[in-house]
Amino acid sequence: MEFFAWSMIAAGIGMGLGSFGTGIGQGLAIKSACEGVARNPGASGKIMTTMMIGLAMVESLAIYVFVVAMIILFANPFTAQVVELLNK
Amino acid sequence: MTHPFLVLQWLAEKLHLNVLIHNADSLKAVVYAWLVMAILIALAFVAGRSAKLVPSGLQNLMEAIIVGIEDLIVETMGPKGRAYFPLLASFALFILCANLIGLIPGLYPPTANLNTNAALALTVFVMTHIVGFKEHGFSYLKHFMGPVLALAPLIFVIELIGHIARPLSLTLRLFGNMYGHEIVLMIFILLVPFLMPVPMMLMGVLVAFIQAFVFTLLAMIYIAGALEEAH
Repeated sequence: MEFFAWSMIAAGIGMGLGSFGTGIGQGLAIKSACEGVARNPGASGKIMTTMMIGLAMVESLAIYVFVVAMIILFANPFTAQVVELLNK
Repeated sequence: MTHPFLVLQWLAEKLHLNVLIHNADSLKAVVYAWLVMAILIALAFVAGRSAKLVPSGLQNLMEAIIVGIEDLIVETMGPKGRAYFPLLASFALFILCANLIGLIPGLYPPTANLNTNAALALTVFVMTHIVGFKEHGFSYLKHFMGPVLALAPLIFVIELIGHIARPLSLTLRLFGNMYGHEIVLMIFILLVPFLMPVPMMLMGVLVAFIQAFVFTLLAMIYIAGALEEAH
């Protein structure tokens, strides 16, 4: 049973760590984009597009963590083995 | 995390079409992907049936969307990119509609399933290399070689990994966003069924537009990368 408790803890902490780093990264990107638009409002369209691509790239890291967390929670590959060991 | 109620499954049950009731996740996505396709085809047919020189109503809206996508393509890929307009516009419209129907209660967004997204991303992947070979012939392989011939084997491996990571990241980004949104919505509905999910649904509109935009933009950039000359 402990295995499943640790799985949940791992998923939660992993998601927290993943979104922590991604949050800092996206914040830095948006900060620079805001500064750029403030200095040169004419380039806002181009800055917006570039920022969107960059944000999507950064965000995919958090998405990978999310997918791994979902695999740990709902599609854990070791569930069958652990249940088998428990039933012994 | 399953939907409590889905319109097409309910309809199939009422009509005794047992083939469609198997609640396999991928089949659900396929059924709703066909629904999105039907909506888009019907919309295009209605808008284009009586095309006038001075557009009004639906035709006006569709023309605005088409011109917007074309401007974006020309801005990112240059005038050469116009040839790939049908593919890229289909991606944009299909993904946008597929994301947005998830916000209607009783409908399931097909992009919240890994298989739909993998199909879309693999189309981009294959199309990129077809375009590259068509444009450059066999000198397209220079894209993978890097500037110095002596380092070619090393760079080839790195480029290969980079190219294989592209469909993976395209798939997982769209899937993670849509599936994550679904799960958050389900959890909020379980906790507080009244009014509480509305802010999350508003954010879902934003996510739907941004993800459709990002997918299309990345597809444009990958195809533009295959079009340009090797350095």
